[in-house]
Amino acid sequence: MMDFLYLVPIALVLGLIGLVAFMWTLRSGQYDDLDGAAERILHDDEDKPLPSKKKAPR
Amino acid sequence: MSCCVSGAEFPNAVALRALNDEIMLASRTVEEGLRQTDLSVPAIHCGGCIQKIETTLAALPGVEQARVNLSTKRVSIRWHAATTPPPFIEALNQIGYGAHLYDTASDGKDKTQTELVRALAVAGFAASNIMLLSVSVWSGAEPATRDLFHWLSALIAFPALAYSGRIFFRSAWQALRHGQTNMDVPISIGVLLAFGLSLYETIHHGQHAYFDASITLLFFLLIGRTLDHVMRERARTAVRGLANLAARGALVVAPDGAQNYLPVEKIETGMTILLAAGERVPVDALVLKGRSELDCSLVSGESLPQPAQEGATLQAGTLNLTGPLTIVATAAAQNSFLAEMVRMMEAAESGRSVYRRIADRASQLYAPVVHLTALLTFIGWMIIEGDVHHALTIAIAVLIITCPCALGLAVPMVQIVAARRLFEQGIMVKDGGALERLAEIDSVVFDKTGTLTMGEPKLTKHTGNTETLALAAAIALHSRHPYSRALAAAGRKGIGQFEITNISEHAGAGVEAEIGGSHYRLGRPEWAAPDAKPGTAETPRVVLARDGHLLASFDFDDELRPDTNAAITALKRDGVAIEVLSGDRAAPVQALAAQLGLPHIAHVSPGEKSAHVAAIAAAGHRALMVGDGLNDAPALVAAHVSMAPASAADINRNAADLVFLRESLLAVPQAIEVARRARVLVRQNLMLAVSYNLVAVPLAIMGGVTPLVAAIAMSGSSLIVVGNALRLGRTHMQKHEEPRPAAGISPSRDFPQEFAEAAR
Repeated sequence: MMDFLYLVPIALVLGLIGLVAFMWTLRSGQYDDLDGAAERILHDDEDKPLPSKKKAPR
Repeated sequence: MSCCVSGAEFPNAVALRALNDEIMLASRTVEEGLRQTDLSVPAIHCGGCIQKIETTLAALPGVEQARVNLSTKRVSIRWHAATTPPPFIEALNQIGYGAHLYDTASDGKDKTQTELVRALAVAGFAASNIMLLSVSVWSGAEPATRDLFHWLSALIAFPALAYSGRIFFRSAWQALRHGQTNMDVPISIGVLLAFGLSLYETIHHGQHAYFDASITLLFFLLIGRTLDHVMRERARTAVRGLANLAARGALVVAPDGAQNYLPVEKIETGMTILLAAGERVPVDALVLKGRSELDCSLVSGESLPQPAQEGATLQAGTLNLTGPLTIVATAAAQNSFLAEMVRMMEAAESGRSVYRRIADRASQLYAPVVHLTALLTFIGWMIIEGDVHHALTIAIAVLIITCPCALGLAVPMVQIVAARRLFEQGIMVKDGGALERLAEIDSVVFDKTGTLTMGEPKLTKHTGNTETLALAAAIALHSRHPYSRALAAAGRKGIGQFEITNISEHAGAGVEAEIGGSHYRLGRPEWAAPDAKPGTAETPRVVLARDGHLLASFDFDDELRPDTNAAITALKRDGVAIEVLSGDRAAPVQALAAQLGLPHIAHVSPGEKSAHVAAIAAAGHRALMVGDGLNDAPALVAAHVSMAPASAADINRNAADLVFLRESLLAVPQAIEVARRARVLVRQNLMLAVSYNLVAVPLAIMGGVTPLVAAIAMSGSSLIVVGNALRLGRTHMQKHEEPRPAAGISPSRDFPQEFAEAAR
């Protein structure tokens, strides 16, 4: 009966993880070039992400 | 990739020469020893382009990293600051892409968009979790559980409201502080009161809490606002990515002979400037030495290249075509022709009446009515029951139910769909207000050169055969002169078969070359073939001669924009008055106006254009101004609404409300049609929102609104409004056409794609 005592926090934490993950993708510039990302997946060669120590170029 | 221009070698005469200093000026330091340069490359359009450009640039010495952004058609290059700038632009030209420096200073990271998306994400997270808890409450939780869930909802709602609601509260506060109201005022009041009431209810173990309503409302409204912003930003980015036509700087010769590249702002009266062929005149100037021809079409609307020699005065912004010139500045940048235009634009702006957007007008009516209703409900219930708490609860329920969710979405949703449709047709809309104004117009004023016409000459007739045409084209490929380009484009088929040597260009005369031992001249008749007497009475503009003997003659005319006739017919059918207003000489304007059957005024100064448009407005008409030249800029601002082609001057593209990227003039009637249909849908949506309130408000006044009813009513009305807006996208939607980047976007002027293909 008192299942929700842990189910609700779990639900909230899962939601929060999703939110934080989204914020991270936004901050690291993963939505800056959606058209380009769709094309780059077809390239055979290695496509490294941007160097992590620098901020993403726009 | 078949869709890419590949392996094309650019003739040196044509390749754009970007000075190293200019690249230095436009680059910025990202970190120790590393500089970044942003280039705009309008021809990028597929995955193959990305790969080719990145590999080519990364192979250049000194380049640390090159990254293409396909969405914005830009390349960011990081290079080691210790070296001189690697030849990016030349390298790109060699693989067939025109590139120009992109001014990052004018851009700045789009903070608003990031802020909106973040607020939206937070609101979405909060709304979904609160709704989860609310549904449990609605399905009949025990009082203890209900209270716990209410407290949990409050815990989630408070930070979300503070974070996501900021956007509305700020704008509402701004409006209130200036004694005005906008749509955000009733939104903020409704949301805050709903939260406050719910908190009170929760503390006092009340049955109803409206946390879900207040957060869901924010979520819906933020969706509308974010989409609106993204759409506008996309249009703005697309417009900004077009060629940068203004001169960034110039090579200045100091009295001691030293040559320095100075930015335009630093150029002062009396400085001597070396102007290479292909460069734009940075400031108003006087020619000291040299002979050349100047393309004034963007500045004055003059369609023919103007000869320039010693003593000639040049206006800032004109393009030097054929020969190098030494010029002396007669005005600093802030006193030049361009600055003069900016001043006239500001004057026109202040003279124009401020347009109030339909949503603002609606909210001005709406807010007092809603708040008055809530107040009357409170007073009414106080009279009937005298219970403050109950009366207040019902009054706040009225505010929540009338909170303009549907109204807040009614206008932007339609405009987003309309803007999206126009975007697919290559028409960029700067903001929603432009669509509203465009729907109201009853007359259109067209500029001639570059607007009704392409602004570049086209070969109309030639004597001789295909071989002479191909020969002329092969020679013409080595010149930037507009006639040469027209010839090269017309005769590109057989272009590869000639072995050309000793090619040289003579400013104001033509091009000289040797092919197979013979001496050829392409250019002015009196220079190329002085002895020959042309058969026709009219002197042809350009002839081709071998060893002084006339081979063929060529005639050019400024070509009409594609579909001009169809566009004019469509506009006339819509009952719009059309006029041609040009700065060009009377003869060509008259010929064109007669051909199209339009009234015209020729030889108009920029000030007269602006005054003419203002006079139309004063007479009670609403005019759409379509123009591309600097001389049209003040008129663009003075007009009720304005459009500019992609090939227009920078200042015009920035001033115009709409910019069309394709060559076809049908963009004008298409934009008007979409704007008018959007207006119909906006009105329908407003009616829907009002009729929803007519049903819901009495229910709320009677005290029959529970949080469940409020949630259903609000989501329902929002969905209806959004659904209605989407109809604009559905009804006779044309087949999605691939944009033609190379043809429509301005590099056709500075960087003809045909050459890349022709030279293959």
